Amino acid sequence: MSYTSVLGGRHHRFDTLARLLAAASPERSGDRLAGLAAASEQERVAARWALADVPLAEFLAEPLIPYETDDVTRLILDTHDTAAFAPVAGLTVGEFREWLLSPGADAGALAALAPGLTPEMVAAVSKLMGNADLVAVARKVRVVTAFRSTIGLPGRLATRLQPNHPTDDPAGVAAALLDGLLLGSGDAVIGINPATDSPKAVRDLLELLDGVIQRYAIPTQSCVLCHVTTSVDLMSRGAPVDLVFQSIAGTQTANASFGVTLGLLDDAYEAALALERGTVGHNVMYFETGQGSALSAGAHHGVDQQTVEARAYAVARRYDPLLVNTVVGFIGPEYLYDGRQILRAALEDHFCGKLLGLPMGLDICYTNHADADDDDIATMLTMLGVAGASFVICTPGGDDIMLNYQSASYHDALYLREVLGLRPAPEFESWLDSIGLLDEKGGIRETTGAAHPLTAIGKELAA
Amino acid sequence: MSEVAVQTSELWSSLRQRTQARIGLGRAGSALPTRHRLELQAAHAAARDAVHSPFEPDVIAAGLAGTPTVRVRSSAPDRLTYLQRPDLGRRLDPLDRAHLPAGEWDAVFVVADGLSSRAVHEHAAAVVRETAARLEDWRLAPVVLAEQARVALGDDVAQAMGAAMVVVLVGERPGMSAADSLGAYLTYRPTPGVTTDADRNCLSNIRPPLGLSYTGAAEKLAGLMTRARELGLTGVALKDETDALPG
Repeated sequence: MSYTSVLGGRHHRFDTLARLLAAASPERSGDRLAGLAAASEQERVAARWALADVPLAEFLAEPLIPYETDDVTRLILDTHDTAAFAPVAGLTVGEFREWLLSPGADAGALAALAPGLTPEMVAAVSKLMGNADLVAVARKVRVVTAFRSTIGLPGRLATRLQPNHPTDDPAGVAAALLDGLLLGSGDAVIGINPATDSPKAVRDLLELLDGVIQRYAIPTQSCVLCHVTTSVDLMSRGAPVDLVFQSIAGTQTANASFGVTLGLLDDAYEAALALERGTVGHNVMYFETGQGSALSAGAHHGVDQQTVEARAYAVARRYDPLLVNTVVGFIGPEYLYDGRQILRAALEDHFCGKLLGLPMGLDICYTNHADADDDDIATMLTMLGVAGASFVICTPGGDDIMLNYQSASYHDALYLREVLGLRPAPEFESWLDSIGLLDEKGGIRETTGAAHPLTAIGKELAA
Repeated sequence: MSEVAVQTSELWSSLRQRTQARIGLGRAGSALPTRHRLELQAAHAAARDAVHSPFEPDVIAAGLAGTPTVRVRSSAPDRLTYLQRPDLGRRLDPLDRAHLPAGEWDAVFVVADGLSSRAVHEHAAAVVRETAARLEDWRLAPVVLAEQARVALGDDVAQAMGAAMVVVLVGERPGMSAADSLGAYLTYRPTPGVTTDADRNCLSNIRPPLGLSYTGAAEKLAGLMTRARELGLTGVALKDETDALPG
């Protein structure tokens, strides 16, 4: 089936739904690299005109990647909830945009609709939306999850404390952990990217974090971001695994390049649930995604970068995760060239994830060979804060010394909470108060550090 | 400084000895103190400049005094294209391919700007000299100085020159704590488009005095090259049997 429109006195024709979606995407280097981008600005807008007239139901009838060869397509179509889809079943993509922006599409309606939406539908409508549209709609969606803290409540913003170290040195990790806690960070998760995936190294870090969490009764969860098979192995040996982590992508072959199958994730999910380590909830999975990973793995099947990213969210939602974040600018400028492209991708990913029912957070970040700087971080952070992101990732000074990229800092999170009146997760906020870190206005008290009881974390391990 | 501030700075200065992470920075309201904000910008500027500084083959040719060199470009016409099109950075400019001297070369060194010209300007000539000095009986091709080049451009070069193996010295992606880090990739009988990263051996973080030294890198490279010639391969099956990299 082909799609056509007339613009600027020219007839534009797009041979497949995948070609149409790709041509309708905002300019980004990854789609150009894949040979999928619109050939001109006029062709891009012509594609949007044609896309606006496509019925939403067509995405159920015309899979972008064949059902027979891709288990993510099978997952999307087999779990589609027809009853939930009913309120929008008769709409085109263009009409769907207007419905989403209307007052009738409130938090309740959007939550009820989520199981009826597919990644392709939300990706399609996002291509017709401006940045402000993406903020306005995502802001209405609330996805609440819990383990030892509750994530995603209105008026709250959680943070991942990321105390990475290039050699996983326990004292170095502890020093960065202390720094983050004293700045009020860590209610989403205390999460380390280990330098190696060796089970011994991962277990040592898990025990270090578990020891601190228990000793100071911190209402949060830890995660050492290793491969899912390492977590399964460690859980069977009694290691203190709170959340099972995995990087995921939107096609079966891209997931295979990560060494992941849906079956492996099913097993890990069951094993983590059985540990019953949560106190206020039982969301036990943590997923990371990011535009460009399928292309990088040569596994995009001719589907544009953003649509294939949205398909990863179908994988995530199968496991009721506590946290999902797009690592939005991590891969590099061959996928998202500059601050403008990274911002757009961040808003798209957050919007699509939220509409599909996920607790979306972000690693707002860039590499130093992208055309971006700390002002881009501030812009993204502010827009995503307004859009109601569940959490953001924070690193000391915004500089990750293990992964060599720039992210938001603990200070950035303080800024966002201050200007938007956002507070930490309720359990964590009470804990901060109990250790004297909350000031009378609900902000984080500037502590002298040396006198604070938490500094024992750093002192003992650095000794 | 107040007594409390002194205690605080003592705590953080002792903790900072255990990590390069930017911890204990203090606050100006919710934001960073001015000094730390400017320090971060300075580090970022160094990383950015490393990415965008023009490649100066003359600098490297001068450092190689006496060793013949030949200059090539990739198919990426400029830095903007290079950053967005890794595929073009992996292919020789067709005109340059014709100028490469073919011969019975045992190995060719390719110095590629990669993501940090600064890294190759500062370190590449010394690594080539020190390594070549350990390969006395080898027929070494002229050193190829390649602009807007990624690692796999070396595959194209080796094939065009008929070299049995290629060593690509390339400027690594700059982090904020290291903007001048050099990587070395060794590949035996590469085939453009077929050879993958799994077929290469890599040394990274060549960056004295904080990273790997020139003699350390040269020892390892010459050792790997000798083993590669004996075994007729590189990649996962070729292990570095010299001492482990320093912590």
